[in-house]
Order: sequence, then structure tokens, then C-alpha cells
Amino acid sequence: MLRSLRVRLAQGRQFVPDLRTARPAGFRGRPEISASPCAAGCTVCREECPTDAIRIDPVAIDLGRCTFCGLCEEICPSGRFTFTPDPRLAARTPEGLIVREGVQPAVARDPDLARIFGRSLKLRQVSSGGCNACELELNALANVNFDVQRYGIEWVASPRHADGLVLTGPLTANMRDAVRLAWDAMPDPRFVVSVGACAISGGLYRGSPTLDRTFLGEARPVLLVPGCPPHPLTFVHAILDLLGVR
Amino acid sequence: MTTWVPASAWREALTDRVAAATPPSGHPAGRVVTLFGRREGDELVVTAVIERGGVLETLRTRMPAADGYHSMTEEVPALHAFERELHEQTGVAVRGHPWLKPLRFEGGGGQAAMRTYPWYTVEGRDVHEVAVGPIHAGVIEPGSFRFMCLGERVLHLEIQLGYQHRGVEQLLRSGDSRRLTPLVETIAGDSTVANAWAHALAIEQLAGVGVSRETELSRAVLLELERVGMHLASLAGLATDIGHLQGASTYGRLRTTVINTSMRLCGSRFGRSGVRPGAPAYAFGADQRGALQSALELLGRDVPVIDDRFLSDISVQHRLGGIGVVSAARAKEIGLIGVAGRASGQDLDQRVHRADLYPNLLPEVEPGGDCLARTRVRMREIHASLGWLRAVVESRAGWPRARASIGLLAPSSMGVAVVEGFRGEVVHCMETDASGALVHYKVQDPSLQNWLGLALCVRGGAISDFPICNKSFDLSYCGQDL
Repeated sequence: MLRSLRVRLAQGRQFVPDLRTARPAGFRGRPEISASPCAAGCTVCREECPTDAIRIDPVAIDLGRCTFCGLCEEICPSGRFTFTPDPRLAARTPEGLIVREGVQPAVARDPDLARIFGRSLKLRQVSSGGCNACELELNALANVNFDVQRYGIEWVASPRHADGLVLTGPLTANMRDAVRLAWDAMPDPRFVVSVGACAISGGLYRGSPTLDRTFLGEARPVLLVPGCPPHPLTFVHAILDLLGVR
Repeated sequence: MTTWVPASAWREALTDRVAAATPPSGHPAGRVVTLFGRREGDELVVTAVIERGGVLETLRTRMPAADGYHSMTEEVPALHAFERELHEQTGVAVRGHPWLKPLRFEGGGGQAAMRTYPWYTVEGRDVHEVAVGPIHAGVIEPGSFRFMCLGERVLHLEIQLGYQHRGVEQLLRSGDSRRLTPLVETIAGDSTVANAWAHALAIEQLAGVGVSRETELSRAVLLELERVGMHLASLAGLATDIGHLQGASTYGRLRTTVINTSMRLCGSRFGRSGVRPGAPAYAFGADQRGALQSALELLGRDVPVIDDRFLSDISVQHRLGGIGVVSAARAKEIGLIGVAGRASGQDLDQRVHRADLYPNLLPEVEPGGDCLARTRVRMREIHASLGWLRAVVESRAGWPRARASIGLLAPSSMGVAVVEGFRGEVVHCMETDASGALVHYKVQDPSLQNWLGLALCVRGGAISDFPICNKSFDLSYCGQDL
């Protein structure tokens, strides 16, 4: 009993009071592209980017491919890239994930999803080649710090109880049937969310012959949450914006 | 050190080195850290890395692929997974293997092949099977478990993996040097730093690049944060699985403190981009030292409080004690390593061979081999790692961030690196051809050897003990599936 009280005393209050205004210290999040011109003929960022996420003329980063390694910020001779701690990175479409000078990704509210799921949303997570980093961050949403249950959002064990299928990993051929089975078991209305560079674009595994991404062509994700892995707050902002929750 | 032996002497060379009897040289008995093969035309090139008294020896041979490979698993059961992998990756026949089953369904066949997994069957009037997975009830990676039971009692558990196979090694071999470090960071996300460090060591060997003590220290700091963070995650999971809510919430929030500290140092809660070949990949100055110090103060204060509460709880002792036992003899036989090995009396921790970084470190060994022993090993290692980190802070060590370029790799060479991640030994082997280009990249997560330990520890126990046993091992699916 006394030991239990000691733990309680040490625990204090651990929840993040406002997930919408929290800024993770040190987090390499939303990149900004400055207006300063590139050095003449310089393409070093595009050449060195490990996931070919950068385009030039004008300079743009595809957050669907970016692993947030920070290399472009480090090597750009003109200082065009700055990674900020802003966790708001998600978008509804692949085009929405392209960051340019003065352009930020944003998630528009979906009126139908907001009406149906705005106050209660059950999610089933399926990893299909995920490296356990995205999975751990999604798990962290339910810990005492992030406590996403405060918004009526919960992870459920069975796809039969789920409204949304949250996919991580590049979608391996060896998981193809299992992903399909989980989706088929979910009742309508239902939707898919892709979490992490792997799920969104294949990420570092793009083009690997071991993948089978046909499922995403048939069940198009309504929400793309970038990162490698995404910070829990990135997911929180994305899903709340989709549902129009303040 | 690399020793080439003729194919005819391979078997003898390998068994001699792992024999219990001390050879004339006075060496202690060796242990096979990894064994793998690759095809080179009509030949099979086999490589084994053997550790004897902290010294690694690379033993190699080549033989005609058509002749096949003679299994040694009957004599040395710890080789079983290596030989299965060798068969799957090279297509070479492995003769005399008692359990030559698919390891990860690598290459060809895909789903169709996965559905024909040759399950072991137990027959009898009251024997029944319980199939679990590949998708499990939590936010967790996929894998298939099949229990053969008599009532509640488990006669046998078989584990089918491969669902997470993404072709990591093929991509590492593809020659795009930009992607090497980012890719190895995703071999197992929870072991990002261990893999990035092993990769850096292997490529630095090949490139003949020496690194400063600060570079190595910068890696060790992130690795110990990774160890503490993941051990806390394991303890939180274990507490959840036995319904100990105070443990679940407290270990969970303590992990948040740890991984947020990693983020303060290198921008990522998983240590991504925190290790790069050649130089320290993040700066460690007064700000970072201060952030680490305040995290260490909090953890040093709060971790013992919850450990004391958790371990002194009679229901915790009862639920974990005597459950999922792997005896020391069995652990040695099957080559159990890492936390699971140490909890079964195996005196193995690669960090003891890095006295330059880890002076005075001793493996945290427990004799019990049960879920409680694996829990206690984690707790003791958290304590030891926090102490080690505290010493780094007190030494006032610091370093700037630097960028180094790795030059050309030495031709026809092999770089071998072993790093003790939170789960156990992470092994990276890189081999170059005559032009210095990568010809082979072999990665090994400790889960490869340890999954069998989990399968064996539930035999004779109740099926309801499985989640606890599973969590106490805390093995990686993607690390094994690659």
C-alpha cells in the first residue's frame, strides 16, 4: 500500500495538457524552404537524398518519401532547408505532402467522417513490413502522456470493431492476404489511413520486389501521416483535423 | 582475422572451435555468432563468425553448390536457424537438417508458399490446435503462432514468420550508398542505434577509417538510451499483460522521458540520424548534457520506486515466477543470446569486449530462466545503463557534430561488427569484391536465434501463459524477417 502511494506520488500528472499546442523539443519535424536562391546549378540535395524526396525548380520536398534524416538541411550550401519542431505534417493526398517555399501541408475536415466519427473513433492497426518504430509511436498515443482516448479515439483488437484501418510498413507481399482479410472484416463506413513514409510511398523500400501494394490502389487512404516514424503528435493533429475536432 | 579452410576440412574446423574441450592453444570453447552463405557462380561461399574469449574469427570456405551443404545442426543445435537461412537464401540443398523449414519465405512463391507451411502436427483424441495471427490483438507486428494443446497444456508451439520480409539485404547490396544508413536504421526500428552502429563499424573497417573516442562515445550514449527506453517499453508491456496498471502507466511514461532525451540529442525519439560512419552525427555540448542530466535525475529517482513496487507485489511474483523456463543447459544448446540468454545463466554481453567504452561492465546474469528472471535482467540493465550514462555526464565529455566522408572500400575484404543491442547481439557483415564494390551484406538480429527459445519455454505450460512469455522475450518480427 505504501509502495503504491510512493509510485502515485512520483507519478504526479503526466498527461500533455493540450496536444494541439504542444511542440516536441528537438523534434525534426515540418521542413521549411527559404526564399533564398539556390547556388547556380547546384543539385546536391536532390542527388544526396536517400529517398529521392527532393525536386528542384522550384525546390520541394515530398513528405510522403522523406525520412526526416535532415541531410538536406546539413548539406545545402544556400541554407534553403530548415526542419522545425512543428509536428503538423499530414495531408489528404500525395500532392498535399509536397512542401514548397511558403507552402505547408494541411488536412481538410471531411464532413461525412466528422459527422460519423467525430466523437468516437475505433482504429485497427495493421503492420505490413513496418519496422516497429511506427507501431511503437502509435502505441504511445494511448499512454498516459498523449492519452488520445480523451478524444474518443481508441485502438481495438478486432477489425470487426474498427472504423479505420491504420496501415504501417511498405506492404509486403507476404502480408497481402492478411491485410485484405482485415479490411474485408471491417463494417462500413470504414476508411484507411497510411502512417509513415513506408506505407505512404514505399519509402526506403520503394521498388523492392518483395512488396505488393495493390491494396492501396483499391482502398485509397483518406489520410497520409508522414514521418519515419511520425511523432504521436503528428498523428493526433492529422486525425483531429480530418474529423474537425478543435 | 579471416581463415579460409578447404571444404573437406570445414566440418572439422567448425566443430573443433565450438567443442567444449579446450584445444591445445588454450582457447576457451567458441560460439558461432553467425553462419551464412552466398552463391558465386557454381560455388557456395560459406562464412562463419566465431567468438572465443571476446575475439572474433571469420572462418570461410567455398564448395561446389551442386554438392550441397552438410548440416551440423544435429551436433550443434544452435546452428539450426543459420542453416535454414543458408538453404533459403542460396537454394543449396542442406542435407541432414532435422527441421529444414522456411524461415521467412524469402524469394519466390510469396503468399502461395506461405499457405503451405509444413506445420508440425500432434495427433491424439483430445489434442487440439490453436492458431493465432498473423495479425494479433494489439498494435504489434505480424507473425503466426500455432499451439498444439492437450486441454490448457501446450505440447508444442510452432512459430511461422516471414510476413514482414521487405528485402532489406537485397536493397543493402544494391549499391546505393546513400541509402545504407537510413536502411539499416529500419531493420528493426526499436534497435535503430544498434544497427546503425554495427553498420558504421563494418563499413569503417572496410574503408580503413579510424574514428575518435568521442565518435564511439556518441554512439554508446544513444545505444544506452535505446536500451533503457526499450527495456522500459518491455516492462510496460509485461505489466499490461498481467494487469498491473500502475506498472504499465509508470514504465510507459518513464520511457517517454528517455526517448524524448534521444530526440533532444539527435532530433529523433528512435535515435535516427544519430549515428553516421566516420564522425559524431550529433553535437553534445552544455545544452545536451544538461538535458541528459535532468532526465537521468528523474529516472534515477522514479525508476527504483516502481521497480520496488512491481517486484514486491506478490501477484507479480506469482504470475512471473516459474513461468516460461529455459534452463541454462537448454539455453546453451540452442544458442540463446542477449537478455533471454543472460536470464538463463549465459554470461554473454558484447559490451564487455569494449572496455574502452564500458570499463567495469559485467553481464547481468540471472540463473532462473523464467519470466521473472528476464524481468529482473531488464531492471538491472536499466540501472546499469543509467549509471553508465551518469558517468558520461560527470566526465564532462563533449563533442561537436561533424561530417566525414567514407572513401573507397578495400577490395576483396570483409567487415564484421557485433553490437549488443537491447535485445542482444546485432551482427553486420559486409563483403567487397575485387573492385571494392559490395558483393554481400548479411544482417542478423538476435531474434533469429531466440524465437526457438520462446517456442520451447511454453512447452508443458498453460496456453494462457503465452502472452507473458512472449512479452518477456520481446523479440523482433521485422528483425528476423528482414
